[in-house]
Amino acid sequence: MVTPRKLDLLQGTLDLMVLQTLTAMGSLHGYGIARRIEQVSGNELLLNQGTIYASLVRLEQRGWIKSEWGTSGNNRKAKFYSITKAGRRQLAADARHWERLTGVMDRVFGRSKDGDDEDAINPEENPA
Amino acid sequence: MSRIRRATGRLCAFFSKRRLDNDLDAELSAHINLAIDENIERGMTPDQARRQAMLEFGGVQQAREHQREARGLMLLDIFLQDLKYTLRTLARDPGFTAVAVLILALGTGANIAVFSVVNTLMLRPLPFHDSNRLVWIAGNKGAGALSDTTFRVDAYEAIQRDNRSFQEITGYVPFFSSSEARMKGQGQPQQLTGVWVEGNFFQVLGIQPALGRLFTPDEIVKGGRPVVLLSHSFWQRQFASNPKIIGQAITLNDVAVTVVGVLPASFDFGSAFHPGMNAEIFTPAINDQFRRWGHMLSIIGVLKPGVTAADVQNEMNAEFTPLIATHPEWLTDFSLKVSSLKDHISGKLRRSLVVLWGAVGLILLIVSVNLSNLLLARAAARSKELAMRRALGAGRLRLIRQLLTESLVLSFAGTAFGLAFAYTITAFLAHQSSIALPLLSSVRVDASALQWTLLISVFSATAFGIVPAFSISSGNLRDLLQGSGRGATTGAKQDRLRSTLVISEVALACVLLIGAGLLLRSFLRVLEVDLGFEPSHAAAMQLNIDDGGSFARRAALLQEKLRRIQAIPGVEAAGISDKLPLDRNRSWELGAKGRSYPADANHDAYVYIVTPGYFQAMGMHLRAGRDFTWDDKPNTEHVIVINEAAASRDWPGEDPIGRLALGIGDGDSHIVGVVSDVHDSGVEDSPNPEVFVPITQGEPEGGQLVVRSSLPSAALASPVMRTLRELNPNQSAAEFRPIQTLVDHSTSPRRFFMLLVAAFATLGLILAALGIYGVISYSVTRQTQEIGIRMALGASASRVQLDVLAKTFRLAAIGLVLGVSASFLVARGISALLFGVAPNDVFSFFSAFLAVTCVALFAGYLPARRASRIDPVIALRGN
Repeated sequence: MVTPRKLDLLQGTLDLMVLQTLTAMGSLHGYGIARRIEQVSGNELLLNQGTIYASLVRLEQRGWIKSEWGTSGNNRKAKFYSITKAGRRQLAADARHWERLTGVMDRVFGRSKDGDDEDAINPEENPA
Repeated sequence: MSRIRRATGRLCAFFSKRRLDNDLDAELSAHINLAIDENIERGMTPDQARRQAMLEFGGVQQAREHQREARGLMLLDIFLQDLKYTLRTLARDPGFTAVAVLILALGTGANIAVFSVVNTLMLRPLPFHDSNRLVWIAGNKGAGALSDTTFRVDAYEAIQRDNRSFQEITGYVPFFSSSEARMKGQGQPQQLTGVWVEGNFFQVLGIQPALGRLFTPDEIVKGGRPVVLLSHSFWQRQFASNPKIIGQAITLNDVAVTVVGVLPASFDFGSAFHPGMNAEIFTPAINDQFRRWGHMLSIIGVLKPGVTAADVQNEMNAEFTPLIATHPEWLTDFSLKVSSLKDHISGKLRRSLVVLWGAVGLILLIVSVNLSNLLLARAAARSKELAMRRALGAGRLRLIRQLLTESLVLSFAGTAFGLAFAYTITAFLAHQSSIALPLLSSVRVDASALQWTLLISVFSATAFGIVPAFSISSGNLRDLLQGSGRGATTGAKQDRLRSTLVISEVALACVLLIGAGLLLRSFLRVLEVDLGFEPSHAAAMQLNIDDGGSFARRAALLQEKLRRIQAIPGVEAAGISDKLPLDRNRSWELGAKGRSYPADANHDAYVYIVTPGYFQAMGMHLRAGRDFTWDDKPNTEHVIVINEAAASRDWPGEDPIGRLALGIGDGDSHIVGVVSDVHDSGVEDSPNPEVFVPITQGEPEGGQLVVRSSLPSAALASPVMRTLRELNPNQSAAEFRPIQTLVDHSTSPRRFFMLLVAAFATLGLILAALGIYGVISYSVTRQTQEIGIRMALGASASRVQLDVLAKTFRLAAIGLVLGVSASFLVARGISALLFGVAPNDVFSFFSAFLAVTCVALFAGYLPARRASRIDPVIALRGN
């Protein structure tokens, strides 16, 4: 294989990341959220920073986050987002769901939690 | 919960788009600036910092679109955007828009109008209460003259009494000369058209009077109070809609009759039961008065709930057929045929209506194909613009959506005009009382017609929009952008597509044209039918025979009347009959004396009571023997004249002159003459046996004065009326009615259908020609360079022209082959509508073939000429 490709985001995953980011960081503007996600992901995510705004408006319409205009550290006017109570509840539920899902996926691929056995991914293809 | 919030959020967002867009823009620019700031802090130059920020951000426009999509009602948003864009593009090309809308207006307008007619005559329930339970009960298995299919009062009462299936039955007397009434005391004496109806007639049909009341039980018996109901239009015309007329008396046939009510405007007796007749007054049928008059009543029944017409038919057969054995004279009364009232009224027209509907559907197809073609041509010219939009990120679906929006807008605009067009046509049709189609007066564009309109509008938009939309949005982007929009591959592909469309258009037009040709030829054949009389230069006027019931006085009076009328300058012949052919009829039984007939033989012959000179006035041909004279008196030998059909039925292979006939009045009648057959029940029906009785020896049912003159009948009206009034001051005001109108009335349904189909065929041909012109013209434009090269290499102008024409002809020929083949099937399908023309009539096929070829070649000739005039130098320099 050539250079490992960056990971595409699964539908809905970005929303979850945004909620988690806001929980961890408190109030933050769009750029800040995008940067934070990039940093946390260790640049493994294929993220156009622009896509975050669709996610933000979705979450806000659902009432999971709220926003207000404010001023950034270097005196730029920006819109700051923070998570709401409903958002926290949703995050908790989604996180549980996500853990269960990854657990299932791990079992499907036959890996232990800290698995590193490459061959186990597809034993049929590598019979040797 | 959050879902509802989200939905309201989206809805709000849709309406506060501008504010949210500004908000978003501010937010995005803040984002970029924050990124730049950070990049500069990390030590980049400002330019590098900006570049890096933009790179990380991704497409700004895309982010904006995505956010909008997540935020608002995207579909509606896009639709509005498309709509705005569409209106702009259409306004930029008014020529195209006008042509497209016009074509669509014609196509949809014709469709809506025809649907309204079909709907009224065939689909919509009759305008009566519980109309699906109404049935028509006819005698003699529904065949023959009115006298055969009507019932004696006794039979009517027997059916009323001995049935289990009818909730009610009612009837009316369809021999309107009995129910005609002379009204005096309201200006000049007037002859009114009236109907005798059974007492429960209006209740059964569910007709409530607009004013006053219906008949009461004591008014429908012999010796009861004389009363009358007025039709709405007569009330408006004669009494200026005066409501005070209720309860007042008017003088009808010298009797004071009380007006008890006015019927609603929605009730049109003639239009439902006897197209072309305009009933003005309704009086109760007093059964005891005409119990002995023979067959008098037409019967309508209301089925009990859950009973079908077939059930009743079975019941009637079981109940009444055995009675024929014991009452042979009741043969026709007890040979009942029960059919739904709707079938009785419009059943015969169903086939014509379906054909009409099919024809107009073909028109819609042709219109759609044509529009498809126009759009393709236009899209070819726009391919660069579309390619550009795709390059800028518009998805293919989005482009298709945009193009379909265009076709929808065009279609709706066309339909709007079409609807106006249809309203005009239906309003016009509703007032054509000369067309003998039932219910025509109630034709209108109603709610179901509007639904149909919406349906065909969306259908046609999809039909003509989908092909161009898909064909254009496909194709290689780079080719489209680099090429001139006439790139070799896409161009050729489009050419093929458009040619296919044109071929199908030609084929459809060909089918329509052949169908119209067959119908036209049938109509001409109908006009050629030898009617047995000469309708031109003859006119008839209603006449009151004021003889007080005395035969002797009648003879003297009428002889004098006719003598004076014949003396009027310009009058060539004059005569009187009680009935006119193609108008009303009654029949008596006619038989040869001394001949034995089988028990179930049909003896009927149409009866006309006439004066001497009537044959001449009508232009009938005396084949043998003599006309009546005034010497045939009440007390001399009884004489009759018969027609050839009667002669060959009752005196086959013999000379009937001098023979004795039975059944006409009392005793024997001497046959003194034979006349040629007159078409009496319909131009297309074969003539029936007829018998003519001198007015001095038979009782006339009303009087029609027939005058033959080369002068226009309007010029004769006043001297004739003056002469009649000299002898009878009570003569009602009357107008001359050209005999031709009787013929026209009889042929009017056929004329109506033929004219419509012919109009559609013409429209189809024009559209096909437009289509051919469009395709050929476009291909010439596309090949300008190629033609230029060929001409530079020495091809002559005529050679180029011929090539283009050949291409045209190829298209037309394929279309013709397909069309002609399809027409064989179609012609077989409509063979029941043809008259005197075979479904595979060579003449019709050939002329349609010729017409399409000529029109196609003409449509191809114009671009061909243009091609031959291409200047090679300019062509090669161009592009």
